[in-house]
Amino acid sequence: MEPNARKITSLRVEHITKRFPGVLACNDISLSVAEGEVLALVGENGAGKTTLMNILMGLYRPDEGRILINGEEVVFRSPNDAFAAGLGMVHQQYMLVANMTVLENIALGFTQAWSPLKLNLDMVRARIDEVAAKYGLAVDPDAFVWQLSVGEQQRVELVKTLCLGARFLILDEPTSALTPQETDELILLLKRMTSKLSIVFISHKLHEVKNLSDKVTILRHGSVVFEGSTADHSSGDIAALMTGREIHLPRNEAPTCEGNPALEIRGLKVRSDRGFLAVDGLDLSVCAGEIVGLAGVSGNGQRELAEAINGLRKVEGGEILLFGQELANRSPRAVIDAGMGYIPEERNTEGIVPSFSMKENFILKDADEAQFSARSFLRLKEIDRNAEALRTEFDIRSPDTKVAAGSLSGGNIQKVILAREISRKPRFLIAVYPTRGLDMGAAEFIHKRLLEKRLEGIGILLISEELEEILDLSDRVAVIFKGRIIDTLDRRSADSRKIGILMAGVHNDEAV
Amino acid sequence: MTKQFKALYKTVVILLAAAAAMLLGALILWTIGADVTKTYSVIILEPLKNKIQIGEVLIRAIPLTIIALGISVAYRSGIINIGAEGQMAMGILAATAVALALPGLPKYALLPLAMIAGTLGGAAWGFIPGILKAKLHVSELLSTVMLNYIAAQFYTFCLRGPMLDPAEITMGSGTPQSMRLTKAIWLDRLVPGTRIHTGVYIALAMAFIIWLLLWRTSWGYKMRAAGASERAARYGGIGVAGYLVVAMMISGAFAGLAGAVEIAGVHRRAIEGITGGYGFSGIVVALFGGLHPAGIIPASFFFGLLIVGADMTQRMVGVPANMVLVLQGIIILVIVATRMVLANPYLMERVWRRYQKLTRRDKEA
Amino acid sequence: MDFVVNIFALGIPFSVALLLASLGEMFNQRAGVFNLGCEGIMAMGAFLGMLVPYSVGQGGPVSGAYNILGLLLAMGIGALLGLFFGLVVVTFRAPQGIAGIGLQMFGVGAAGTLFRHFVGGTQSIPGIDRLPIPVLSEIPVLGPVLFSHNPLVYMTFLMVPAAWYVLFKTPWGLRVRAAGTNPRAADSIGVKVNLVRFQALAVGGALAGLAGAYLSLCQVKMFSDEIIAGRGFIAVALVYFGHWRPLKIMGGALLFSLAQALQLAIQGQGIDFPYEFAVMLPYAMVIVVLAFSRESLLLGPTALGKPFNREMRT
Repeated sequence: MEPNARKITSLRVEHITKRFPGVLACNDISLSVAEGEVLALVGENGAGKTTLMNILMGLYRPDEGRILINGEEVVFRSPNDAFAAGLGMVHQQYMLVANMTVLENIALGFTQAWSPLKLNLDMVRARIDEVAAKYGLAVDPDAFVWQLSVGEQQRVELVKTLCLGARFLILDEPTSALTPQETDELILLLKRMTSKLSIVFISHKLHEVKNLSDKVTILRHGSVVFEGSTADHSSGDIAALMTGREIHLPRNEAPTCEGNPALEIRGLKVRSDRGFLAVDGLDLSVCAGEIVGLAGVSGNGQRELAEAINGLRKVEGGEILLFGQELANRSPRAVIDAGMGYIPEERNTEGIVPSFSMKENFILKDADEAQFSARSFLRLKEIDRNAEALRTEFDIRSPDTKVAAGSLSGGNIQKVILAREISRKPRFLIAVYPTRGLDMGAAEFIHKRLLEKRLEGIGILLISEELEEILDLSDRVAVIFKGRIIDTLDRRSADSRKIGILMAGVHNDEAV
Repeated sequence: MTKQFKALYKTVVILLAAAAAMLLGALILWTIGADVTKTYSVIILEPLKNKIQIGEVLIRAIPLTIIALGISVAYRSGIINIGAEGQMAMGILAATAVALALPGLPKYALLPLAMIAGTLGGAAWGFIPGILKAKLHVSELLSTVMLNYIAAQFYTFCLRGPMLDPAEITMGSGTPQSMRLTKAIWLDRLVPGTRIHTGVYIALAMAFIIWLLLWRTSWGYKMRAAGASERAARYGGIGVAGYLVVAMMISGAFAGLAGAVEIAGVHRRAIEGITGGYGFSGIVVALFGGLHPAGIIPASFFFGLLIVGADMTQRMVGVPANMVLVLQGIIILVIVATRMVLANPYLMERVWRRYQKLTRRDKEA
Repeated sequence: MDFVVNIFALGIPFSVALLLASLGEMFNQRAGVFNLGCEGIMAMGAFLGMLVPYSVGQGGPVSGAYNILGLLLAMGIGALLGLFFGLVVVTFRAPQGIAGIGLQMFGVGAAGTLFRHFVGGTQSIPGIDRLPIPVLSEIPVLGPVLFSHNPLVYMTFLMVPAAWYVLFKTPWGLRVRAAGTNPRAADSIGVKVNLVRFQALAVGGALAGLAGAYLSLCQVKMFSDEIIAGRGFIAVALVYFGHWRPLKIMGGALLFSLAQALQLAIQGQGIDFPYEFAVMLPYAMVIVVLAFSRESLLLGPTALGKPFNREMRT
């Protein structure tokens, strides 16, 4: 593939709208990037950033709106069209085939242009050398991707897009999986590259946004809420703009633990699916009747932590104590029986059985309990009664309790899960991103119930990315970064500014 | 989207699927130059023409029902049982062994004993792929198929060897079959003039039991949850691996029972070719019946019809009986494809929007 | 010594059908699709392979061209069946396991139906004869073992390095491997994942059809309902066992076939071992092998069995 000779002097996106079933991912988004400019696209999870970039790269077609390059409208039917136009993207989850070499991975982008019989790897090798020299990016073409570190893989992705002739780079959360050193290297590299290309990068990390970008656009729930030049705003301002209002409700004092925490985690180590330690020596304790909000950019070990506590993932080291009872590496059933309630991240695929009716879902954890079955036979009347009661109490909107749980709206599915978990009278509750993607009404409802439980003396570990939610509910805020608690703040001294900076991995005194 | 549209959409999709199935079958029929409409009508209508033929359909439907019930349990629990043929064979051997070993027992003892033996034989043969999958992640698709071949060989071995009819030895004709089993094991004929036997009651009872098990017990609930969403089941504290094994054992047990019933009701001795395709047909019946006893009963009648009808096509329209396998294969392919189409919300939304545009244009016109 | 030579001389041609079908299935699985209907495609291939020479010669000798025509017909229909399977599992995204069983039933049924109509009975054909390579086949031991087989045997073993080359050294092979390991990555770089899967299924189907034709034209020289005897399923298992690599797959195919040859040789020697248990052996071996192969999918197509849907947000 010939490198695109034509420079991209301007890229504009106008009124892009994209819908998925049940979700409005992008709502009338417009932005523009000029030659050599760096735009930072900021927003929380689900705000629509990745979808927008996928549209730019030809992976999705927008329902409305258009893309203009150098003033001319372009339509991308596939990634090939985007490459041909000079766009290139480094995705957050690297698009590399693990059991092939770097050379082969890059060659994949060229195969259309060759004869069917011969893989012209030499040509690719030459191109890689050329790009490496031009941009100062060294990669080993013969290494297998699975042998490379995350930082090295990212460099391969960059080289790949450049070899395919990108004059305009899109980077999705480029530093999310990098060590601080690798991050610094990348930022320097990108700064060097801006003389030759324009860049859009998606990030949560205010540090980079400040350091690298010329302009900032902030997305929330699929819409643009702010755009402006980076130099004119401080990280604190940007953090506040990302999350919205600063007001939180006044509340009762949190009870003191006196050394007997409800949940205590010491030195916990848990591996991710990819094999590295996602939770790496984590210490945390939560008292009864206290809500601890665990703030952090998703991908810093939250999922692995929640799964490990609930017996759904192996614990490599450390302890998990619920009222003094060791839970690490016990079966999910044992953890449930010990009194743990869990509102999981994946509500559709894990929290409910989508094809089962609502009333069947309410008894998911309790099918054998005396309340619902007598000598193994299900007590249908009881199950119905229970379902009706919960439906009313939790205001779940549905025609009846027989409807398939998977067909309910996101908010109602979450209410089903909440209803089940709360009505089981747990001694402790773990809620992971409980209001993600929900509308205000549903979110407020869930918050109210959580606060009620807190008053009843149930300890809650709230894992969330929404700073607003964390600040509203928590008695204490712990920030997780790269598998450890980087700091814990009392609610009186916490604000989104401070937390945002901690989430970026920067300790208090290094604030920008 | 209106309720009426959803119902209309589903009906249209299913009708299209049925048409596609008949067309594909017609393709093969055209290739052999057979009269397509005549063939289909022979298959579907001929067997219903007189009492004896209907009886023959019912006879086929009995083992089909029982096997399909077992397969539906497994399928709903998340494991696919292709091994019903082998499990059925093992069931036959177990039942025959009991009958040969204890010929003196009275009926009320021997018959249930033989049925239980058949069930256990099948359960044991179903246990193997179950445990292999649960502990060693061996694909049940492959292990059950291999076990079918192994069971078939073992079956022949037994019929030629230890269970060979002594009469065959003396007469020297060497047909691999066991001796005629004592009347104490026979399931009685129900309707005079036909071969319909009391196994019908067993089939219906099993349907009821399965329904009870899957939808009325906490056990069945957990099995269904494990099959519907392994992840949610695990989250809910359900021990998925254990239920996998149980499901396979139940599935095998049913196939084994079907074998015992065939022996006791139809053949009254163990011979070659009893399992004849029942294992695979059972899968189609289960799918066609929506994996629910209420659907499986009529489905097994329908497929019994197909099997008997296909036997007749050789004589009446010159279409070989193998055609039934062709039709079953087509039906499976069409059913699984259709299920995916029906489960696709994007598609339905797109069709809905297209439909709205069309109807709006009509209104404005 | 003769005994051992005999086993190899028998075992090697036995492995051809398995090897061809496995190599085909290897392409399928490398692209991310497993086709249990292999057995059905082989059955159709077996019938179509012998149809042409039989129709022309009515069981008597025919010119070699008709045999070749039979082989080509088998490959063509095999490819078509592979594409049909693709329609069901790639376009409609139906579950591959059960759909494969459906295809198997269809193929076996269709082969039997067509056979009974067009040929019928137990007609045998002269088929394709052995073609010993001059000079080389005279070598003691190696001669009968390696150089005294019919041409398809030589061709098949040459296909092993050819398959390796196609999979690892051609652009298409690159795309196949990407589509089966990380279809999302392949899609993002412009590889048409579903198209590649269709192509792989066509190739796999063609090879399965050829494998079936080999059985009817060269090995048993006739067609019967039981001709495939589970080889299609064993071929699928062999691909797992061989970690999706041609050389290892060849090793697996040889292992099974030698076991089969061993069983026959033992019967020949008159050793009192029940026939049926001997026949059971290869099938039992497959289970044992499956039980003990650490399913290290990391070596192979990690996206095996999962339909690809670009609109799906993982």
